[in-house]
Amino acid sequence: MPSTQNNFERTIVRTAFMLSKKGMIKMAYNLKEYAKKPERLSPGHRMCAGCGAPPVVRAILRGLHPEDHAVIGSATGCLEVCTYIYPYTAWEDSFIHSAFENAGATVSGAEAAYAAMKKKGTLPTDKETKFIAFGGDGGTYDIGFQSLSGAMERGHDMVYVCYDNGAYMNTGIQRSSATPKYADTTTTPAGSVKPGKLQFRKDLTMVMANHHLPYVAQTAAIGNFSDITTKAEKALYTEGPCFINCLAPCPRGWGYKTEDLMQINKMAVETRFWPLYEVVDGKYTINYIPKENVPVSEFLKLQKRFKHLFKPGNEWMLEDIQAEVDKRWEELLHLAEMK
Amino acid sequence: MSIRERLSGNEAVATAMKQINPDVVAAFPITPSTEIPQYFSSFVANGQVDTEFVAVESEHSAMSACIGASAAGARAMTATSSNGMSLMWEMLYIAASSRLPIVMNLVNRTVSGPLNIHNDHSDSMGARDSGWIQIYSETNQEAYDNFLMANRIAEHKDVRLPVMICQDGFITSHAIENIELVEDDKVKAFVGEYKAPWALLDANHPVSVGPLDLQAHHYEHKRQQAEAMKNAKKVIQEVAAEFEKMTGRKYDLIEKYMMDDAEIAIVVLNSTAGTAKYVVNQLREKGIKAGLVKPRVFRPFPVDEIADALKNCKAVAVMDKADSLNAASGPLFAEVTSAMFVKGVTSPKVINYIYGLGGRDVKADDIETVYNRLSDIVKTGNVGEVYNYLSVRE
Repeated sequence: MPSTQNNFERTIVRTAFMLSKKGMIKMAYNLKEYAKKPERLSPGHRMCAGCGAPPVVRAILRGLHPEDHAVIGSATGCLEVCTYIYPYTAWEDSFIHSAFENAGATVSGAEAAYAAMKKKGTLPTDKETKFIAFGGDGGTYDIGFQSLSGAMERGHDMVYVCYDNGAYMNTGIQRSSATPKYADTTTTPAGSVKPGKLQFRKDLTMVMANHHLPYVAQTAAIGNFSDITTKAEKALYTEGPCFINCLAPCPRGWGYKTEDLMQINKMAVETRFWPLYEVVDGKYTINYIPKENVPVSEFLKLQKRFKHLFKPGNEWMLEDIQAEVDKRWEELLHLAEMK
Repeated sequence: MSIRERLSGNEAVATAMKQINPDVVAAFPITPSTEIPQYFSSFVANGQVDTEFVAVESEHSAMSACIGASAAGARAMTATSSNGMSLMWEMLYIAASSRLPIVMNLVNRTVSGPLNIHNDHSDSMGARDSGWIQIYSETNQEAYDNFLMANRIAEHKDVRLPVMICQDGFITSHAIENIELVEDDKVKAFVGEYKAPWALLDANHPVSVGPLDLQAHHYEHKRQQAEAMKNAKKVIQEVAAEFEKMTGRKYDLIEKYMMDDAEIAIVVLNSTAGTAKYVVNQLREKGIKAGLVKPRVFRPFPVDEIADALKNCKAVAVMDKADSLNAASGPLFAEVTSAMFVKGVTSPKVINYIYGLGGRDVKADDIETVYNRLSDIVKTGNVGEVYNYLSVRE
């Protein structure tokens, strides 16, 4: 679908132009140039319209230098089952999927092969190869966490990218440890006794930062994609194990109209529900500080999964979430030595 | 000249791995296979190999890393036992269906529970339908020799399947025996360089591995896998013939011991075959026509060879160091009798003995009771109970 792709590119180039007028684009990042890069995830894959994952993947892959090859792994999940259905693959680079809980280990094996064959001089080509593992939050926070933690600790030269849509979406919206508190999922349905998921979400980005990796970042595909693409490039060209956590809204699981994807992403960041920050060799930097104190309800009200929070008498749930968002933001400010 | 040494089974396999010098070894410690990655990491530490040793955080990740490495175009190996392979379970099937020529040394140990670190075959028998080639080893020498042959079989264009070389935990893995090693240069020439037909690392020909494979193609892919396993039989024999030329040591799909005129026979895997041979010798001295069939290869299953070897026997006991817990028999018995039946070998009386579970010692006397029972069956024509536990306290 080249026309869709062109439309998309036109849209982001236009957005970039508007943002650059507002002075919101950093000099190093030129969207026009990045948008010209050859697409590495082909159109025609079967991800849902309005899904947050494909823009995340494409933005991450735009961080690759065009002359470099990539070995890309994926955990079982929406991304995998929609991009590589035999005999069609959407991946222009080499791609491997083996199972759900082991994207970290699988890609670490490919990276070890690269290291060994490079040493022996038996690589098929002398092209530079980069290693990327993608996993959803289920395959990253939960079932794949051990494999991820192990691969990062061993120090493989790879980037693990979590596209976090906050539930097991591929199997039909079951709660994960990344699901926000009070979200209505198919295994934490909002009922008359239980108001959806009862726990706050695991803060995986912090957990990975505490692995003391050379580069850890949290990002979202917002605005002109500067934040996500810049972080991808940094991670890809930082030697050693790097981790990026990207917000990837799910229209089915979250309950929003397909055209609202970018607005959802934006509100997640503006309400500080999903802060954009990076940890470089242990130093925390918050990449975007919202100017106004937008209440988290502005993000939640866009989604059907939080519909019950807005019923009269349930204000305490909103207050509970707001308190946790504020607490985590304060912690982040403290870590970034901004407080 | 070959090199005479004294090595344990684990040392022997680690030595074979060193001589092969694979690209990637990914392994996790578990008794009794732990020594293999230990020895191997010392080879890495001392620069005796060029391998990347990946000290993973679990066996699931060991097999996952081997899959990633093998798909990348590398020669990848691992070693494990028991629950370690249970944790790999999911990945065994994926390695095989992805047609990746990974080589594993499985140091057989009982699968929990109850927890027990000693030898039986419940681990490998549990994985018998995973699509891996399985080759069993009676001695340290056989474990070493089988390991040297594994890559040639796994990587053969008509096969492209992972290979599991099995040896008995502690009995073979830790016991030191005399062994004849092949010289490094000969191993190198015999095993050869590996060039993957497709590889993730081939930047000029990018590939996708591990698709969602639905109704339109999955069935044909499984059919191809089945064909590869059928092809493996011939390849295993060809590689063995070449190995014999190099070393003088002869291997086949099965080993027949005193079977030419045998009236009673035992079918048994791995180290117990050594004990059984000793018993056969003693019985032969008494004029009893006892014999032994040792399947060296369990996957692919040597249907014709086993049926042919047993066709003239009057009574046969198949011994299983694993139970299927199906209230009927162990797995080897089910497959041996199935082979006999489909090949029209129905005259021998057949019984099954489960033995040595959890490392219970199986002595010559125990084996002798099995042969005595077979002699009784021949005499009386009365088979009695088919499904038996050998030397168990009831």
